[in-house]
Amino acid sequence: MADPLVRFEGVRKTYGASGPAAVQALDLDIARGELLTLLGPSGSGKTTTLMMLAGFEMPTAGRILLEGRDIAHTAPHRRGIGVVFQSYALFPHMSVAENVAFPLSVRGVSRAEREERVRKALAMVRLEGFADRRPQQLSGGQQQRVALARAMVFEPPIVLLDEPLGALDKALREEMQLEIRHLHQRLGVTMMYVTHDQAEALTLSDRIAVFEGGRIRQCADPRRLYDRPTDAFVAGFVGENNLLPGTIETRDGEDCIIRLACGPVVAATAADCGGRGESCLVAIRPERVAVAGVTASDLGEGALPAILQEAIFLGDHVRLRLSVGDGGEILAKRPAGVGTLPEPGGPAAIAWTEGAAFAFRPPPARV
Amino acid sequence: MGRAVLWAAGVLVALFLLAPIVAIVPLSFSAGSFLFYPLPGLSLRWYQDFFGSDFWLPALWNSLGIGAAAAALATVLGTPAAFGLWRAKGAFRAVAMGVVLAPMVVPVIVVAVALLLAFGPLGLVATHTGLVVAHAALGAPFVVVTVLASLEGFDPVQLRAAAACGAGPLRAFFRVCLPQIAPGVAAGAVFAFATSLDEVVVALFVAGPAQRTLPRQMFSGLNDQISLTTTAAAAMLVAFSVLLLLAVSWLQSRSRRRASG
Repeated sequence: MADPLVRFEGVRKTYGASGPAAVQALDLDIARGELLTLLGPSGSGKTTTLMMLAGFEMPTAGRILLEGRDIAHTAPHRRGIGVVFQSYALFPHMSVAENVAFPLSVRGVSRAEREERVRKALAMVRLEGFADRRPQQLSGGQQQRVALARAMVFEPPIVLLDEPLGALDKALREEMQLEIRHLHQRLGVTMMYVTHDQAEALTLSDRIAVFEGGRIRQCADPRRLYDRPTDAFVAGFVGENNLLPGTIETRDGEDCIIRLACGPVVAATAADCGGRGESCLVAIRPERVAVAGVTASDLGEGALPAILQEAIFLGDHVRLRLSVGDGGEILAKRPAGVGTLPEPGGPAAIAWTEGAAFAFRPPPARV
Repeated sequence: MGRAVLWAAGVLVALFLLAPIVAIVPLSFSAGSFLFYPLPGLSLRWYQDFFGSDFWLPALWNSLGIGAAAAALATVLGTPAAFGLWRAKGAFRAVAMGVVLAPMVVPVIVVAVALLLAFGPLGLVATHTGLVVAHAALGAPFVVVTVLASLEGFDPVQLRAAAACGAGPLRAFFRVCLPQIAPGVAAGAVFAFATSLDEVVVALFVAGPAQRTLPRQMFSGLNDQISLTTTAAAAMLVAFSVLLLLAVSWLQSRSRRRASG
């Protein structure tokens, strides 16, 4: 990236003198106009990263550059960055219009211009008729839109969103995801978005940085992150995955032959794994697992015998739980009403296309 | 049965607390000249006496003036102190809290003697300024406590939001925090005013003839000659206190309504 808007350089954050690092050795660039999502479980360092960019946490080491200027120790109100908080944090003693006007009045924008920009900002989030309401009189989704308008009205170089949809119900959350995405596309404003919801990250983002244990495990666009995870954690966290332990029998470049702990021998592409004799995890997406009745030959060579344990009907698709070999379990997904299924408890055969299975180094055991 | 006992005990406690205050009020309307029941008749003569007197009227104005100034000073000092304590953590907070709240716990007579000794070299004894400063010191802890209580209902993320909007700490305090805790600040000011209004010990020590307050005058009025004008003054102090109490509870219900949205 030639000219990133924001650059984290070797940023580290520890709490207390000897505490574990909340963020360790973070290097991350945010390009102008992109929507970058920090995705990870709680305690992975994603919110700390956002708070350091907003200025509410000071990095222990490293530099944070905004438009080439080191702002790591600049006071938050001098950074000119827009922030949308999880709890909205609207000012309850001000009307909607006063809330949105606040960043402008702080900057000494004239009254006439202020009114015009507030009107535009409220139109942008489709809240034209709500200018004189109090935040408490609005629904959660409307409050969130006011918070968005307030964070964007002063045209900051970047807007940070900290789990902004966490408090909304599922339907509203999905609606707001699209709204934020469209807002981003229409205005071209750079956004950094924090969430623990991988579906939300996939919906919204130009790029996703997956955090775990204070580190970025992988940073890529949604498609690539889903199709070619480079790390067992990412494979398991983004979308669903079967993760089967095994041992590498042979490795030739990217092509591995792996003996699964449950018995069968399978082929997989090396994503991040060692060589012959080393243990690994084989990842296969459930939707890539084809399942057929007992005539295993239908699935061609490489099909594995399995036993269908359970079929769960979920409307648009069916989830199949199958046992393989000695104690192995594989989850498969297929569209509902396609083909015929073996009886639960009956024998089946499973297979996947070449290139659907990836081998990873097993994550270090957690203490 | 148990309920009846509980009620009876409650009524007795209320009587114990209120009877002396209630008893003094009718006496102020007595037509006679002695602290004596039954009243020989009703009249407003003691109130006439009060409002026509060079002894009482200046004291009333002193009480109101000094009370208002002391309350204002205590509020201006106590509110930022409460805000600082609210943001502080750990041992420092505990120590600072102890220092700020000390005037509430230390016996008033000790404070009075200490102030007299401290004010002497500063030339503050027997001045309005001296009494205002002394009463402000006594009232400030009440401001700190009530403002701290209202800050409990204030979301600290609001300050971050203000900063993200570009507001510096001072502006964030005045435009975002203060309006939301205003009922608590006002209640603290009322408490500080009430503290000054009924304060007599410090007034006895540091006030000169020109700063005599109502309680101070009642004290000497009782010593010199038992005039029922004193009861009129007492009745008016009671009325003031009731009004202040109502003001505080109104402010508190306002801040609760605001907190619940």
